[in-house]
Amino acid sequence: MSRKILLENGDISGIDQFDIYRQHGGYQSVEKAIKTMTPLEVVDEVKKSGLRGRGGAGFSTGMKWSFLDRKSDKPRYLVCNADESEPGTFKDRYLMEKIPHRLIEGMIVSSYALGASRAYIYIRGELMWLAKRLENAIGEAKAHGLLGDNILGSDYSLDLVVHPGGGAYICGEESALLESLEGKRGYPRLKPPFPAISGLYGCPTVINNVESIAAVPWIVTHGGEEYSKIGIEKSSGTKLISASGHINRPGVYEIELGLPVEEFIYSDAYCGGIRNGRTLKAVVAGGSSVPILPAELILRTAAGIPRLMTYESLSDGGFQTGTMLGSGGFIVMDDTTCIVRNTWNFARFYHHESCGQCSPCREGTGWMEKVLHRIEHGHGTPKDIDLLVDIAKKIEGKTICALGDAAAWPIASAIRHFRHEFEYHIAHPDKITDPDHVYQPMGTK
Amino acid sequence: MVKITIDGIEIEVAAGTTILDAARQINPETAPPAMCFHSKLEGSGGKCRTCLVKVTKTSPSNPRPMPKLAPSCRTFVEDGMEVENNRSEEVLEARKGVVELLLINHPLDCPICDQAGECDLQNLAFEHGAETTDYQEERRRFPAKAIGDLIQLQMNRCILCFRCVYVADQLTDGRHHGVLGRGDSSEIGTYIEAAIDNDFSGNMIDVCPVGALTDRTFRFKSRVWFSKPMAAHRTCEKCCGNAVLWLKGNEILRVSGRRNDVGEVTEFICNTCRFDTKSLHLWEVEGPARISRDSVISQNHTPS
Repeated sequence: MSRKILLENGDISGIDQFDIYRQHGGYQSVEKAIKTMTPLEVVDEVKKSGLRGRGGAGFSTGMKWSFLDRKSDKPRYLVCNADESEPGTFKDRYLMEKIPHRLIEGMIVSSYALGASRAYIYIRGELMWLAKRLENAIGEAKAHGLLGDNILGSDYSLDLVVHPGGGAYICGEESALLESLEGKRGYPRLKPPFPAISGLYGCPTVINNVESIAAVPWIVTHGGEEYSKIGIEKSSGTKLISASGHINRPGVYEIELGLPVEEFIYSDAYCGGIRNGRTLKAVVAGGSSVPILPAELILRTAAGIPRLMTYESLSDGGFQTGTMLGSGGFIVMDDTTCIVRNTWNFARFYHHESCGQCSPCREGTGWMEKVLHRIEHGHGTPKDIDLLVDIAKKIEGKTICALGDAAAWPIASAIRHFRHEFEYHIAHPDKITDPDHVYQPMGTK
Repeated sequence: MVKITIDGIEIEVAAGTTILDAARQINPETAPPAMCFHSKLEGSGGKCRTCLVKVTKTSPSNPRPMPKLAPSCRTFVEDGMEVENNRSEEVLEARKGVVELLLINHPLDCPICDQAGECDLQNLAFEHGAETTDYQEERRRFPAKAIGDLIQLQMNRCILCFRCVYVADQLTDGRHHGVLGRGDSSEIGTYIEAAIDNDFSGNMIDVCPVGALTDRTFRFKSRVWFSKPMAAHRTCEKCCGNAVLWLKGNEILRVSGRRNDVGEVTEFICNTCRFDTKSLHLWEVEGPARISRDSVISQNHTPS
């Protein structure tokens, strides 16, 4: 098992309670930061750590923090994005449920670093019991002087608010999240201006994923340099991976970045291999939005180098032969999986979740879903495959936010790597509509 | 003032101008099409994606191209910026794609649509669309609704430009309609079927780029090209009183707001002028109205 930072002490019973969390070193970083460090020193540590945003984009957290407009006389805000809704991703939920105080501690230290006196945790509405759990943790921290007015006797005060969303995927997009937090419809904003300049209520705002913020306490306590030693090069630290699908041991794993993909899938310390002794067919490595890769390309790059669980290694080969680490939603599929059905399922999700603000995504996601539905139900035509590629191109890069890209990529990549399955569906409508028919991969007719 | 080059043509514009505006200053005919942006409506634009352009050079200090096509209506010029509009294959291709997507769920009921002849979507499809589409699925359908006595809503034709929502927000007291639903089930509507009733609601009809919101008092009265647009004014307590009368003989078939070269309403008018004063003796007629190029009437029509 690799080293634990985010889930450190996660197995201790009662760790969700303040006293036990505190006994095991909890809230040390708040003491250290507020009593011995200036806010900018905290930012520096995070920069040194090389921590990258864990929500999916992998942008340097320290850089993001340094973009915050500190000259403006407006209040500054920190917003934690806990609207985890990417299919295949359930790590933030696990972290918040297990150790709610880790996020609260991270929020306090991060807010201190950013000079925010009010911070929000925007949590998806389906996780209402976690919202209550976090509020409970906030109450405990307040009672012990770690939150609220004059934290630990200093002149720094912080008000931390948990705000549940209404259950829309689009509200995980940072600017739609801000709109929703302001009480408006969750429509993404046009960028620029970026939130670091004009975010919540038009004020400078930093938005970070739960996991990014939860990594900050360790970085502050042990130093950014120490953190940067974990992992490989530009992929420093540990990452929570939500492993799901056809594996023996699905669950949330904290891994050191740099772990070989093959080890992650087959080692008993992690996924424990493919269930029922079947063979690996494909993996969606970073949540449903990232390109799907067939077994040979997820284990090794096109150049034959073993792939590692890092931002760089997974994206080696670009979109032609690579994918992305994304949010770490690792969906494993064995050889019984129908890629067409899976792609249709993803398309259905994006169609349902498109906010409808800009036309390419609003109209295109529905169209793609309808075509895939047709193919999956035995009504496809040979032209449909290229049509899907064409629609995906019409959406990708043309929309206000990344949802359009997220809808286009899985479809384009499924066709890129599994075109023969789409062709098989179109050529054999009788077989695929037969409920007893188990889809057989290429070569077995 | 800043210098910007669009398709090789250089122009000096005030700082804070959008690329779209700069392109319109060069020539409204070649400027990117804009279905959702309306310069009189704050916050509009960025949604339809027909005005996407390629910024090949952001500025001399930042000579990199913008990574994605930029919505020209909401992207501001920078000194030394270089933009490709009609000269870029990528832009034309993207635009064609957007037009196709805007049309896949549009009913194409132009023969019975009151907007025909002055419809931005018709013009957009003609100028920027592809000849064919591979769309063969069922089109989305909504029932037609009368929202109040004066305005007809044909949601099927709507392209969700949000202009009417901005009109209601910025021009009238209290907005009673908005976008309900999400994604391609989004619709313009009034919550719990309320009627829209306020003095400036008629401007929603004028800003609608398609036939989704039409004048119920003019409905099916005439094809627009059989009526004659005359500029006229009257003294009005509520609005500027400057309007366009659409005449058939001496009969006023409808009254609308005045428009500029790119089809944007320049002065909003009140419902009294629009709906309740359809009698020539109530107006001072100035002469034939300026008609934007986007109307079928712009042919064979000599403005004053």
